[in-house]
Amino acid sequence: MALLSITSPHTTKSGNAGVVMRQVLYATIPAMLASSWYFGWGVIVNCLLASATAISCEAAILHIRNRPVVFYLRDYSALVTAILLALALPPLAPWWIPVLGTFFAIAFAKQAYGGLGSNPFNPAMAGYVFLLISFPVQMTSWLPADAGIGHSFSNPNAVGLWDTLLLIFSGNSSSGAAFEAFTGATPLDALKTELSLAKTTEVMHNNPVFSGFIAGRGWEIINLGFLLGGLYLLSIRIISWQIPVSFIVCLAFLSSVFYLYDSDRYASPIFHLFSGGSMMCAFFIATDPVTAATSRSGHFIYGALIGFFVFIIRVFGGYPDAVAFSVLLLNLVAPTIDYYTQPRTYGHKHANRGFSKKDKS
Amino acid sequence: MSRRIWNFPGGIHPPENKQQSKGSAIRSVALPERLILPLQQHIGSPAKPVVMLGEKVLKGQMIAEANGVVSAHVHAPSSGTVTDIGDYPIQHPSGIKGSCIVIKPDGKDQWLPHEGIEDYKTVETNLLLEKIRNAGIAGMGGAGFPTQVKLSPPAGTEIETLILNAVECEPYITADDLLMQERAHDIINGLLIMAHIVKAKEILVGIEDNKPEAIHAMEQAALDTPVEIVVVPTKYPSGGEKQLIYMLTGKEVPSNALPAHIGVICQNTGTAYATHRAVVHGEPLISRITTLTGEAFAKKGNVEVLLGTPISHLLAEAQADIDNMSRLIMGGPMMGFSITNIEVPVVKVTNCILASSKDELPLPQAEQPCIRCGDCAKACPAQLLPQQMFFYAKALEFDKTQHYNIMDCIECGACSYVCPSNIPLVQYYRFAKGNIRKQALETRQADKSRERFEFHKARLEQEAAEREAKRKARLEAAAQKKADTPSGTLSTPAPAPQEDAKLLVLKTAAATSAKQFQQAKKALALAEKNAADNLTELQAKVTQLEAKADTAKTALREALKAQKTLAAETTPSGAKSTADTKSGS
Repeated sequence: MALLSITSPHTTKSGNAGVVMRQVLYATIPAMLASSWYFGWGVIVNCLLASATAISCEAAILHIRNRPVVFYLRDYSALVTAILLALALPPLAPWWIPVLGTFFAIAFAKQAYGGLGSNPFNPAMAGYVFLLISFPVQMTSWLPADAGIGHSFSNPNAVGLWDTLLLIFSGNSSSGAAFEAFTGATPLDALKTELSLAKTTEVMHNNPVFSGFIAGRGWEIINLGFLLGGLYLLSIRIISWQIPVSFIVCLAFLSSVFYLYDSDRYASPIFHLFSGGSMMCAFFIATDPVTAATSRSGHFIYGALIGFFVFIIRVFGGYPDAVAFSVLLLNLVAPTIDYYTQPRTYGHKHANRGFSKKDKS
Repeated sequence: MSRRIWNFPGGIHPPENKQQSKGSAIRSVALPERLILPLQQHIGSPAKPVVMLGEKVLKGQMIAEANGVVSAHVHAPSSGTVTDIGDYPIQHPSGIKGSCIVIKPDGKDQWLPHEGIEDYKTVETNLLLEKIRNAGIAGMGGAGFPTQVKLSPPAGTEIETLILNAVECEPYITADDLLMQERAHDIINGLLIMAHIVKAKEILVGIEDNKPEAIHAMEQAALDTPVEIVVVPTKYPSGGEKQLIYMLTGKEVPSNALPAHIGVICQNTGTAYATHRAVVHGEPLISRITTLTGEAFAKKGNVEVLLGTPISHLLAEAQADIDNMSRLIMGGPMMGFSITNIEVPVVKVTNCILASSKDELPLPQAEQPCIRCGDCAKACPAQLLPQQMFFYAKALEFDKTQHYNIMDCIECGACSYVCPSNIPLVQYYRFAKGNIRKQALETRQADKSRERFEFHKARLEQEAAEREAKRKARLEAAAQKKADTPSGTLSTPAPAPQEDAKLLVLKTAAATSAKQFQQAKKALALAEKNAADNLTELQAKVTQLEAKADTAKTALREALKAQKTLAAETTPSGAKSTADTKSGS
């Protein structure tokens, strides 16, 4: 009988960081299915390529850093980064897009800072922005939303698995058509372009990309998929409601104000909420605990400001969608938000505000 | 219950695991072969032994007396012989040894004659406090603060509320629960005695809603008394003193202050019971109710055990499967500490012995990186930011941990419990707190030694000055003598040395006082420059020393004058002595 000498507490809730990350992965399944239904096999291929890159990158760097490889791989955080990045990529992007993006995300945005928990920026979004700025053509070429697995029988233009693989790895389909022949604009793209041509939102409804039930075709369903996954994460308390709700409320509020002001020039709040990366941002990106604000009131400020910037950049900025930029911007601000939103400790009259005396000097 | 319950933020709901030990009545334990009584079973200074080796003691006899105000007596739990006074393993997480008195019981269990107070309301509170002090009662919930000290709040403090902490929120422990079920009347009576002592206006009993039997028993016992039973929702750590006070009164104990500052006193169930025994029956604290639980025990339950009983005795008594036991914990799984030696005795604060198997409390998992999920901050009942404290503690930036109020951490373990990365957060906080305390102590010590050094230096300088003055005086005296001798007549040899000695004393006194005056003046100037707060004091000292120096100078001058006159009378060499007068000033 050798008695253990351990300090209290002697018991903990079962589980580990890997359990949390796995749940996040499961929660992406609805959106992943919806995405491949509308956009085809490319989504799956992107996910596989990104995952393989993420795991090998993470393992290699952990090895270089003399860290236990298997132990850290089992936190599944690299896979979460890979899947979230892959779901944000155009489905027929050449193979090196997900590979390069994931490599950047893992090696530079995460491991260079010291790995999980130490990175100031959301790795998936850092990877995305890296790709978007470096390869704008490849990153903005999306398939129409009826080319996916769900349309392989009804639509003769749907891209099959073989064509997908050929396009991704060689750039040409079996019929010799190039990557560009299949692709088009996203609803947010189209909105931006057509508004710049002084068309009203009324007229735009003739454009097939807007022929969804509530927002852009296909995209609305993918956003619903993320919403569903997000609700699952909320229900099992992996994420808390403050960030998603403040993000959604802020985005909805701003878009409502502008929509009510001039519905010809501004899209409806529903369109904003169910287009692009809105729901993904609300439940999967902004809620990344490592890079978000941590205090309770900080969550509200953080989420609302992301919503604010998403709207501002979408409507007045140069990019059709703005989730990645807004999130990175707020990642920078998160520590400061935390400094100014510290809770009032029991037995203290006031909460600490701002930096400690040592920081100030 | 109409009373409002203020819910405190945070908290957790770990598996309660109370059923295992709740099923059977409190049973007694056979007399062990030896009783090991640590002198330190409470917070404060250890008690002083008052028995000799080999002395026969009776049950209830004081064997060690309180050393100072914050201390507690120790009594013999049974009659027998003192066989040793020495170091034995005691109840400490480090496994350290401590001074103990060992008694070999004679089996007769013979009481020292004792008597209680029939009606506590008729006697003075001082007498009641004395009774409690004499019984060696210290908080039995875990901290072990001497009870009579807690019941004597600083003068001018009015106690609004006396709270009985019957929450028992730690998993596994049922000692208070069973005590309330079986001896509710005695507990209520003990509580009333305490309320009488502190003149509490309101008497509340806080019990978690997972103890329906105890609540019922206490409600029955509290009928026709001013005691109010308040049922609080089950949530760990609602039994934390600060948390319970907030739940029942909505008041927060200010940081670095005692509950008495806001007119509240909190006492433990076992303490109230012990107070009843002490006041009504005159019995000192020599036994307590302890929960024996955990998978390794075959006979789980609550026992009334004599203080000093080695845990090995309880393990045998409750048929513990020692081979299957992986952890032995004194206290509960959240805040108890593991002990590695089964000879450690039961003491006043031992509310539970948890002997767990390996499956029951598995080894902690490896620590993963913090993902800043903030679950710890949500669980923290003190509204701290555990993740920030953890970062800074790990980075050894202790002043920043203090900025995040680490000293307000009650070490309840809720943060560690919920951490998905299995980080032993509380351990980091203990480490940081220990370092902060050490640093504070070192600063204090450094200040003290600096003061000591400066004082030492000043004293050396003064001594040197005095020596110098003496030397000068001697030289002068010698010169005087020399001057005297050649021309001195033999008619006056006797008075001259005498006069010289007197003169020497006066010279020394004049030199010393002049030096002291100069030093004091210097100190005053320095103090004025630094705007020190003791200026008036220094001023007075300077004036005083100046007067003294003047007096000494005058005395010397007069003496010299007298000598000169004398010398003028006896010798013609007057020119020499003029120089002497000069050097004296």
